[in-house]
Amino acid sequence: MSETIKNFLYLNRKAPYGTIYAWESLEVVLIGAAFDQDVSLAFVDDGVFQLTKGQDTAAVGMKNFSPTYAALGDYEVKKIFVEKESLEERGLSLDDLQHLTWEDEDDDWAEKDSIHLVTRAEMAAIMDGADVVFSF
Amino acid sequence: MKFAIQVNEGPYQHQAADSAYFFAKAALEKGHEIFRVFFYHDGVNNSTRLTTPPQDDRNVVERWAELAEQHDLDMVVCVAAAQRRGVVDEGEAQRNGKDATNIHTRFRISGLGQLVEAAIQSDRLVVFGD
Repeated sequence: MSETIKNFLYLNRKAPYGTIYAWESLEVVLIGAAFDQDVSLAFVDDGVFQLTKGQDTAAVGMKNFSPTYAALGDYEVKKIFVEKESLEERGLSLDDLQHLTWEDEDDDWAEKDSIHLVTRAEMAAIMDGADVVFSF
Repeated sequence: MKFAIQVNEGPYQHQAADSAYFFAKAALEKGHEIFRVFFYHDGVNNSTRLTTPPQDDRNVVERWAELAEQHDLDMVVCVAAAQRRGVVDEGEAQRNGKDATNIHTRFRISGLGQLVEAAIQSDRLVVFGD
C-alpha cells in the first residue's frame, strides 16, 4: 500500500482488562500488519501482564483476547520485546508468559521465539530507534 | 513538518483532548502541516455534535470543527472504537439499524488503516492520552 517502510513500535504499558487500551492496541497491530512495515511490539510496566498465560476473564464478563497474541506470528510480527525490570518488579518471569513463536520461511519454516527479554536501557534504545511509536 | 495526531481520550474527562487541540492549533499557526487527526479509544467522543457543555465552558467539539473548517483538517474517527461507544454517522446508522446519528459533519468515520497510513505519511505521530 505504501513504498515507505518505517520502524513501527507498538508500546504497551497497561494491564489487559482494567482499561481497553491493550485490546484496542492489538486491533491496530492486526490492521497495521497489512501495511508491510517493520513492526515491533514492546511490553513495559503493567503491560507485561498482557502476555501472561492462563488468563481467565469469566468473572469480569469480558472477552479473553489473550489467545490473539499467539496469532501474531502469522501476521509477520516477529519482534516482541519485554522489559526485564517490569517483569521482576511484578514477581513475574518469562515462564509466566505465553510462548510466542513465528515461522522463518528462510530457515525451512523453523519455529523461532518472538519474545525477547530486554533491559530497561535496551528498551530505551529500541524506542529511540523507532520511526513511529504507538503508545498505548 | 508534517504531523499526524492521535487523540486517545474523551472530552472534559481528560486534558489530553484539550492538549491535542492546542498542539494542532499551534502547529498550524507556525506553518506546519497536519496530515490527519485520528480519534481513537474514548477520543471518538470528541466528535459528537450533541455535546452541550455549560455556557461558561469551552466547547471541545465545536472548537475542533472550527479549526478543521479554517485549515481543511482531515479528522477521522475510528469505526471500531466508535461502534463500541455509540458514535454514529448516516452510513453506520443504516448498516447497524440505529435510529439516530450523532457525529459532527466535520468528522468522518473510517478504519484503523487511516491511522497507520497517517503514521507512514507524516514526519511525526504525536499521541495524546494516558
